[in-house]
Amino acid sequence: MLGRISFDAWMPFIGVIVLIVAGSFFFPQILSAEYLTQQLQIAAFLGLLATGATIVILLGHIDLSVPWVLTGAAILSTALVGSGNPILSVLAVPAALLFGALIGVVNGIGVAILRIPSMVWTLAVNSMLLGVAVLNTGGFNPKGESSQLMVTMASGDLLGLPVSFLIWITISLALTYFLIRTPFGRYLRSIGFNEKATFLSGVSTPSVVFAAFSIAGMCSALGGVMLAGYANQAYQSMGDPFLLPTIAAVVIGGTSILGGRGGLFGTIGGALFITLLTSILSVMQIGDAWRNIIFGVIILVMLLFQTLRKGAAP
Amino acid sequence: MVRPRGKSHMLDYMRSNRREVIAGVVLIVLLATYIGTHPRGASTYVMTIWANQCLILGLAACAQFFAVVVRGIDLSVGAVMALTNCIGSYLLDGSAFGMAFGMVAVVAAGALCGLLNGLIIVFGRIQPIVVTLATASIFIGLALLLRPTPGGAVNYDLADGATLDVLGIPTALIITGLVVFAFWLPFRRTGLGLGLYALGSSEQAAFQSGIDTRFIRLAAFTLAGLFGGLAGLFYSFVTTTGDAGIAAGFTLNSIAAVVLGGVLLRGGVGTLVGALAGAFILKTIASLMFFSGIPSLAQPLFEGLILAIAIAIGGADVLRARNKLEVFA
Repeated sequence: MLGRISFDAWMPFIGVIVLIVAGSFFFPQILSAEYLTQQLQIAAFLGLLATGATIVILLGHIDLSVPWVLTGAAILSTALVGSGNPILSVLAVPAALLFGALIGVVNGIGVAILRIPSMVWTLAVNSMLLGVAVLNTGGFNPKGESSQLMVTMASGDLLGLPVSFLIWITISLALTYFLIRTPFGRYLRSIGFNEKATFLSGVSTPSVVFAAFSIAGMCSALGGVMLAGYANQAYQSMGDPFLLPTIAAVVIGGTSILGGRGGLFGTIGGALFITLLTSILSVMQIGDAWRNIIFGVIILVMLLFQTLRKGAAP
Repeated sequence: MVRPRGKSHMLDYMRSNRREVIAGVVLIVLLATYIGTHPRGASTYVMTIWANQCLILGLAACAQFFAVVVRGIDLSVGAVMALTNCIGSYLLDGSAFGMAFGMVAVVAAGALCGLLNGLIIVFGRIQPIVVTLATASIFIGLALLLRPTPGGAVNYDLADGATLDVLGIPTALIITGLVVFAFWLPFRRTGLGLGLYALGSSEQAAFQSGIDTRFIRLAAFTLAGLFGGLAGLFYSFVTTTGDAGIAAGFTLNSIAAVVLGGVLLRGGVGTLVGALAGAFILKTIASLMFFSGIPSLAQPLFEGLILAIAIAIGGADVLRARNKLEVFA
């Protein structure tokens, strides 16, 4: 399996090591197990979103509805728990996942049936979800609370590792298996390369698109549920700061934004790298302005390194 | 054979510019409804405020148009606006000469941002969406360095001159007219203007016909930056402050606007007029909401629904495809 992984996918892991080594010169506490496991815990939220985004990007599309699928799932699950009804409270997590899958189907209708570019359709879906959320909550922070299960998913420990990290890695492994070993994975990447050729070889391309967007929606929803567990509440616009780092994590992980090429292994590295970079920059007490600049420059440098390494190839 | 003139000529024109015509009709209907429902009717005051709001997004949509027509996308449009807006909040006050220099400097800063995008895209061979995602972060960082909190000032006389009216006609509409008639219509016929479409339709064909594709792409992104700078400048006139936090909304809305205006994201199709019309439609819908009597909490939902329906109607072309393979174009 490791033989399939390109050098691009290893790059963010090398970046993570460089960040830890360089950071530890200034702040030795970065090397403590406590700090590093905390980073794994936090990286899982971005990682889950990036996992879903990788599936959609491999398909040659993009999902901009991540922020409000995340927020919607968080609002829905905390509201169900907050209702006080024990049955509804148990249903909170499955209901949120169902919600994510449903929005994935809506995304799929626009992209696969109406043939609207995913970039605008998912954007429109995102603003509709925002509208529903505002109408529902009255523009205030929604009432509700997290269940014990949600808190454990976000902040629990198992065998010394954060539960959130284990959930993320388990899902990544399961999806990697699907991508490599099942027809679905092959169809997904071949649609990313050439949709017309895939359709002409007899593949039902719309159903692959529907499946991919549903998986992405469920990943975003799971991320939202866990973030709600982490903060013990849902709040308006909690998903907005995640959209661009999610895409950055995917492309830093070596997945081509044009589709067809890449995988989830690199995305794990990408999410770890971006989480660690953000954390180290804030540990160093660098202001918001410089943090943005350094963030942009480092992403550019990593991407330039990826393409220039390939030499003259287009 | 002499082609019959008159009616059928007009029909030909409308057929070949179908997307712009549809966008134009929708805009007129929306505007008429807006004026009809506005408590103060079609006064200069109402029109001026409406036109100012429309032109800010209109210029942002122009910026997005130049990236999209060469089969790219510019996620840094809002960030360029934020940066140029913050620069403007320092330079757009003082002597007449100083302010003139300031206006040029603001627009030049935008063009420089676009040039940087173009250089990385062309010589770094990275996809525009990813490059502009990263540079957007840099531009917002620079804007935050200049204005950590919203502030600064713009000369009121200058701002009024740009945002009020001339003989009852909103200045914003005059600027829109200048962009279309003094810039776009002549520009479209130049080698560069045609090159944009050639590159967007088929890069390989353009390259093989001897077009310098690298120059065209650089020029397209520089123009995108320049219009981002113009949008930032006009935003400064409307708000008379500098604010680094305006980026996100404008980037996403500029994409929605060009799509509504009939510009295809796969490149090579659409016009600047369409992009402007799309932006005006979006803003008119938002203004309509304000006076429509729909409860304010339900307005974001209606805006989202209308955006989705408008985009879905644009996608209805698919239903007319004669051959299933046509939809994969």
